[in-house]
Amino acid sequence: MKYFHLVWAALFRRKTRTLFTLLSVLAAFLLFGLLDSVRMAFTNASSSIAAASRLVTMSKLSFTMSLPKSLLTRIQAVPGVAEVAYANWFGGIYQDPKNFFPSEAISDNFLDLFPEWQLSPEQRKALHDTRTGAIVGASLAAKFHWKIGDRIPLQATIFPQKDGSNTWTFDLVGIYHVSDPKLVSQENALFFNWAYFDEVNQFRVGSSVGWYTEKLQDTRRADEVARAIDALSEDSDHETKTQSEQAFTASFISQFADIGLIVGSIMGAVFFTLVLLTGNTMAQAVRERVPELAVLKTIGFSSTSVLNLVLAESVLLLLLGGVMGLVMAGVVIDIVRAKLGTSIPLASLDGGIWLRALALMIAIGLIVGALPAVRGMRLRIVDALSGR
Amino acid sequence: MNRRLRELGFGLLSFVAVLLAVVLITSLPVAALAALLVLLAAWMAFTRVGQQSWSVTKVGIATIPQRLGSSSVVVVGIAGVVGVLVALLSMAAGFETTLQETGTDDTVIVMRAGAQAEINSVVDHDTAVVVSQAPQVLHDAAGRPIASPELVVVASVPKKSDGLDGNVEIRGVGLRAWALRPNVKIIAGRTFQPGLRELVVGRRAAAQFRGLGLGSTLKLSGQVWTVVGHFDSGDSHNSELWGDADVVASAYRRGNSMSSISMRLTDAGTYEALKASLTTDPRIKVDVLTTRQYYNQQSERLTQAIRALGITVGVIMAVGAVFGALNTMYAAVAARAREIATLRAIGFRGMPVIVSVLLETMLLAVLGGAIGAGLAWGMFDNYTASTLGNNFSQVVFAFNVTPALLLSGLKWALAIGFIGGFFPALRAARLPVTVGLREL
Repeated sequence: MKYFHLVWAALFRRKTRTLFTLLSVLAAFLLFGLLDSVRMAFTNASSSIAAASRLVTMSKLSFTMSLPKSLLTRIQAVPGVAEVAYANWFGGIYQDPKNFFPSEAISDNFLDLFPEWQLSPEQRKALHDTRTGAIVGASLAAKFHWKIGDRIPLQATIFPQKDGSNTWTFDLVGIYHVSDPKLVSQENALFFNWAYFDEVNQFRVGSSVGWYTEKLQDTRRADEVARAIDALSEDSDHETKTQSEQAFTASFISQFADIGLIVGSIMGAVFFTLVLLTGNTMAQAVRERVPELAVLKTIGFSSTSVLNLVLAESVLLLLLGGVMGLVMAGVVIDIVRAKLGTSIPLASLDGGIWLRALALMIAIGLIVGALPAVRGMRLRIVDALSGR
Repeated sequence: MNRRLRELGFGLLSFVAVLLAVVLITSLPVAALAALLVLLAAWMAFTRVGQQSWSVTKVGIATIPQRLGSSSVVVVGIAGVVGVLVALLSMAAGFETTLQETGTDDTVIVMRAGAQAEINSVVDHDTAVVVSQAPQVLHDAAGRPIASPELVVVASVPKKSDGLDGNVEIRGVGLRAWALRPNVKIIAGRTFQPGLRELVVGRRAAAQFRGLGLGSTLKLSGQVWTVVGHFDSGDSHNSELWGDADVVASAYRRGNSMSSISMRLTDAGTYEALKASLTTDPRIKVDVLTTRQYYNQQSERLTQAIRALGITVGVIMAVGAVFGALNTMYAAVAARAREIATLRAIGFRGMPVIVSVLLETMLLAVLGGAIGAGLAWGMFDNYTASTLGNNFSQVVFAFNVTPALLLSGLKWALAIGFIGGFFPALRAARLPVTVGLREL
């Protein structure tokens, strides 16, 4: 640490060159921050602890098929099931299909199973008491500037009303929050009462539901309970598939795209370029300073110290640029969130992303510093001083 | 003070010049760029300053092997930008073409009003009859309307890639589906027989999902179905399984209601009349779209999202590459400071120096752009991927590295090279001769 000023001075010996290299490192880690945040948003969606304690039961044929409501009491009776709720996909459109957000009709007790969505007891009661009531997540409300008391018209895509009208109007009675920053994308949905859905719907859905969600008494018995639930309807015409909410989300996401592959290949290209670029800068920097390094050795610096000095310089370069890049990524993510809500999957830059980024910075710093540093270490004082 | 003001003015001026040049490079059509290149060649061949520029450029290019390491930074940096950009944009292009080729202007799709996608739509039998009797619908030789009432359902089938369940679209089609879509060809086996539980499988679906080979059986809705053929349509129907609409409807207990009716028009021009008459008919509530409109709508959102991602990533990477190129070229100019000063001392003007540095950078940039575009083309052209389409089922598409994309990649490379070369070129030309001569 006592040589810090020496490393610092060496780093800014050529200000323009260091500045340009810093800016490229910054660009690379800005990109890393953004892409890793996208990747984490997808990973987080399927890894919450609360989701592990819940099972989802859907039609085995496909999740677009409905299940009979008569299963409710039978699932309730399965040992290990603490509570069962049901819901149905609504698929409403607000003003324009581009404004897509999930909308679902939910049973009375549905919210009991999702403690991670925080809704005040008064608003919860208001939802229960208002037939046409609906609740939305805080970021969705912010995106469309909705406040409690607003009437929200949604265009039905699947379920016209009995009178043939396609417009369902909901009274906004509550706004829920998700405090875990990893799950903040769940604030992007609208939920409303099953009773209203059932009553006004043109199609008789009274006897069928979209899916069941079960809360487990003991998470460790998840597989056993899932098998018991599926056994209820085995060989009937409505066979079910029960899996943990995590597994369901993971398989759903895997159908969209191989996010990992896309993000991984972009990052590969970015970092390969970066290594070459900073490596070249470091090589130049050391080549220019050969006589200076020789002077250092002459006045008593050991070969190892010279090696360490050069390595420290390149790691410092990467850290400076990288940290600025990540900070900038954080700012960009905040701006995008404020403007577009959570409809773009971006996770906050949490400890995990920072750790991975710092590890990468140090690793790349060491890699690009290695060759020039070894060169500096092996200098023969006589040759270097005479400029050979 | 006066001098600093002049410096500031010069800085601003060169910034504007770079901006203009970048806009010019990225927006000019190829023909104009080629014309510029010819003009440049003519200038170099026939004017005195041009000839001087050419000889200085030759020296610069000849010395590239001496600074291979730093020159490769320009090449690799730009190859990275162009490669990633072209790959991402080719993904958007592939998805867009796959869906857009599915639609035509002379076929229409009729769904329940407000349904947006076939999976959401329910069209009852009476509506289907009214719709297919419209006078604008083309009739076949036997006098039957070329209209296919279709039922779209989704089934879970394990994917070949990871064994996880994926959603595959099952389309029950009417007898006239083949006349409606003449591009659909059976490539193996035979077509399904009406009334039987038989399926024909699209080429892409067969490649994506397990157990869809000829003769294999599939359990759907508790009943056993047999795969009797494979078809190739060259569009998004390739991701679907087709069966007899009535058999699919009975298996999925849909009675005689369908999801949509697709019809061929007598002429694309009759679409407006058909739409007006069907949407105002008090007996039915339907939306009428040409299939081209319908499939364009379906591809719009995802295509835009991928494009936005590609351009954002490309711009950030390009910024990094610009600084890399600046570094390299400043170093190159510094290494040649003495030589350039000598040239100026014996009477060369600033112009040939600027042109030569710029040309050298852009040459490296084009090389990088070509490598990046070539890699993207080699690795990703026809690379197949799939995503969840609007019917909640997998749509398989192939990346499409079009010539237009390769060209726009090269334009990006040129623009990056221009910025990366311009400022070092200016410095080289403005360095006082006396300072340059002392430099080493």
